[in-house]
Amino acid sequence: MSARDDWWYDEAAGPLVRPYAMVRGRTRPNAPDLHLVTQVRAAAFASDQTSLTVEHREIMALCARPLSVAEVAAYLDVPLVVVKVLLSDLIERGDVLVQTSSPKIPDRDLLQAVLDGVRGI
Amino acid sequence: MVFVASELTVPTAVKIVIAGGFGTGKTTMVASVSEIPPLRTEELLTEAGVHVDDLAGIEGKDTTTVALDFGRITINTKVVLYLFGTPGQNRFWFMWDELATGAIGAVVLVDTRRLDSSFPSIDFFEHRGIPFIVAVNCFDGSQNYTVDEVRHALDLDEAIPVVLCDARNRESSKAVLVGLIQHSMNRLAAV
Repeated sequence: MSARDDWWYDEAAGPLVRPYAMVRGRTRPNAPDLHLVTQVRAAAFASDQTSLTVEHREIMALCARPLSVAEVAAYLDVPLVVVKVLLSDLIERGDVLVQTSSPKIPDRDLLQAVLDGVRGI
Repeated sequence: MVFVASELTVPTAVKIVIAGGFGTGKTTMVASVSEIPPLRTEELLTEAGVHVDDLAGIEGKDTTTVALDFGRITINTKVVLYLFGTPGQNRFWFMWDELATGAIGAVVLVDTRRLDSSFPSIDFFEHRGIPFIVAVNCFDGSQNYTVDEVRHALDLDEAIPVVLCDARNRESSKAVLVGLIQHSMNRLAAV
């Protein structure tokens, strides 16, 4: 435990107390390349979840189907930077699978699929 | 150790940016076509407008949040499309960069009563070479300007499509998205 973990935050710290506490003082996601639309999904066989926080378990439940990082943040109602830290914990444990490629310009086949899909809604 | 999902387990995500000045109907358009009610996610930034990507030392800073509204269209089991409205205030340019990276393109929504509010969006996508189309949101159902008049007033290149729409209407908003995707495909073919 570093000294930072033991700091006490008063009201002046504002709404950041909770997000900061939620990630227990850790500051950066360890998993690289978590973008807004990066898809994450709970692994089929998750490890023992007894050591996980409530927020981690909520993420596991949400990600029973594939979701974007932005959707997880919205459903959990926490800032993106916080959800990225929480997700990276789960990715490191192997409990959450991630699409690792960073956003790239869609090719023609992908655009055609999107075009057909939008026309069909 | 990072476990990587195979292509079978997670879909490919693509996105379209819905941009435009404050009050031009961005979230309305997202809501018209999204399969879920628009979601809101928040990014933290300091009062100076600097992006917070690191919580270290954050307790000593005044912070604010920038909200992003977005929707989702499941294209098929392998592809999902996200629609992101840009933050209302133009000072949040760092969010625009993240939104625009890898996007299919952008719809710039225009309110003819406040044409100048769309200039920053148009400049942004022009300078970054991101495909975009201009959609004139006809709020009251009547259109006081022609497409050519709007094109001229915005000083748009002939290659940029300009369409009329009603952001409240699903079919009309769908047609705008179709127009953008076709424009992106044409640009790809021209390269």
